Amino acid sequence: MIFRLIRESRVHKLNLNKMKLITVSGPPSSGKTSILLNAIKALLADNKKVGVVKFDCLSTDDDKLYAALGVPVRVGLSGNLCPDHYFVSNIDDCIEWGKKSGLDFLLSESAGLCNRCSPHAKNVLAVCVIDNLMGINTPKKVGPMLKFADIVIISKGDIVSQAEREVFAFKVRQSNAKAKIIHVNGITGQGAYELTSLFYDANETETLNGGTLRFSMPAALCSYCLGETKIGKDYQMGNIKKIKA
Amino acid sequence: MELLEKEITTIIKEIPYIGTLFETYGIRPQNDSVRLGQYLDTLTDEFYEDIGIDRSQLISNLVGFVALADQQPAFKVNSVTIIGGHDKSGKPEDKTITLHVGSITSIVGPTGSGKSRLLGDIEWLAQGDTPTGRSILINDATPDTNLRFSLEHKLVAQLSQNMNFVMDASVGEFIAMHAESRMIKNVEQIVGEIIRQANLLAGEQFTDDTALTALSGGQSRALMIADTALLSTSPVVLIDEIENAGIDRKRALQLLVKNEKIILIATHDPILALMAEQRMVIKNGGIHKLITTTPQEKSNLVALEELDTKMLALRNRLRSGEIIDNA
Repeated sequence: MIFRLIRESRVHKLNLNKMKLITVSGPPSSGKTSILLNAIKALLADNKKVGVVKFDCLSTDDDKLYAALGVPVRVGLSGNLCPDHYFVSNIDDCIEWGKKSGLDFLLSESAGLCNRCSPHAKNVLAVCVIDNLMGINTPKKVGPMLKFADIVIISKGDIVSQAEREVFAFKVRQSNAKAKIIHVNGITGQGAYELTSLFYDANETETLNGGTLRFSMPAALCSYCLGETKIGKDYQMGNIKKIKA
Repeated sequence: MELLEKEITTIIKEIPYIGTLFETYGIRPQNDSVRLGQYLDTLTDEFYEDIGIDRSQLISNLVGFVALADQQPAFKVNSVTIIGGHDKSGKPEDKTITLHVGSITSIVGPTGSGKSRLLGDIEWLAQGDTPTGRSILINDATPDTNLRFSLEHKLVAQLSQNMNFVMDASVGEFIAMHAESRMIKNVEQIVGEIIRQANLLAGEQFTDDTALTALSGGQSRALMIADTALLSTSPVVLIDEIENAGIDRKRALQLLVKNEKIILIATHDPILALMAEQRMVIKNGGIHKLITTTPQEKSNLVALEELDTKMLALRNRLRSGEIIDNA
């Protein structure tokens, strides 16, 4: 009986390691899901087991798109909580789920709702997706999500001229000197194969318990976080910041 | 480290464009002679939190930027080879075509046949990863992955069929930024020249203050042509249906076609097609034929050009509001 238990636990252990976690972020509608769908197709063609965790705020239909490819999906809707904070309090559980499911790759797609989002952890491959239509000042404005990413994907290149693509990529480079910048087309999948070759280089993640975020998350905790809806000095309490004169 | 020991004003003088980068990060020293390291030490944790980046990342971004300015790639392209993939029906494209420096090749075919797709494959340096499955070689070898994804090397300059700009900037700002991204010195002079040449190609004149999005289709393309011709050191130039732009296409080609380049022109225009020394005929998404322009075709060009001059005169009369009651 004891020998059987020992053997089972060894086999169990074999299935539970070697999973790569990749965090994917980016402003809404930048093309994260389309690009991931294409990347997943390339990984599946290589017989890899891929799973997705989709974080969003109020609702999402993306899980159906991932499920249609036959990959296991989990959805995390943060409701009235900041989805960034929600992500960090749940990612470790998602990793456990991924390992138990025997995944080679776990792709975590986060909401990226505000420019201060900081969904990337140290030693975990961090990807940020932005698109060419977002305006030249956007790379400068987007915070840790872009500035601390290892890979920045620029999408929707087919809609703009080459000159605009070059200027936009340059602006991204100014905001992140080290990241690999790659153009991927979410519709045709052009560039997705290259992207997956970068995924293969990602670190393996046993757990994020004890891990560290690359940068702090947006701070809040004021009366409005607790449901206050009235405006005015009398109703402001907690972590309040005033405009400088 | 060296950079931190230098005075901020010195850094701005020595390294082109870093001034804008400092602005981006809110680096505004009150004192002219303060050193970068000193200045960064005075910034509070709150400051870093607010800009969403930490001190070491900021420094690494600055260092990375300086390194970019230093990089001068001396990569010489002598040939581009297109290895066929398959057409829209899946039929293999049994062709391998090599283009050498100094050549002009036109690409012809019905609309929807795949001319722009071919140009796109070359721009992307496809390695079987586009819908056509084609592969592109540079100098007879598979291009290095870094070359494909490098922001710095820019092997290919492409004039797509895009008629409008989307970027929210003025003409002057945009061209200056583009010059910046290609690390060109004496920006003001080149921006002025580009706008001047673009205006010679276009109809209604525009200035460096005009918003990009306010330019008409023809003006936009005129600007893109001048920008590609004057800013780009790319050895490969891809031109997609330049005749659609309503501009002086002969003048445009004079600007774009230079000796040390490999030029591809996708076109429906007989004159542009016959100006090239060879042409690829595209059908159903695949390269159907490669035709060398015959001496007879070249001599026909003269007659075609005469016809064209007549058409151009008519066009100009039409545009200036005349009545065309005699040809």
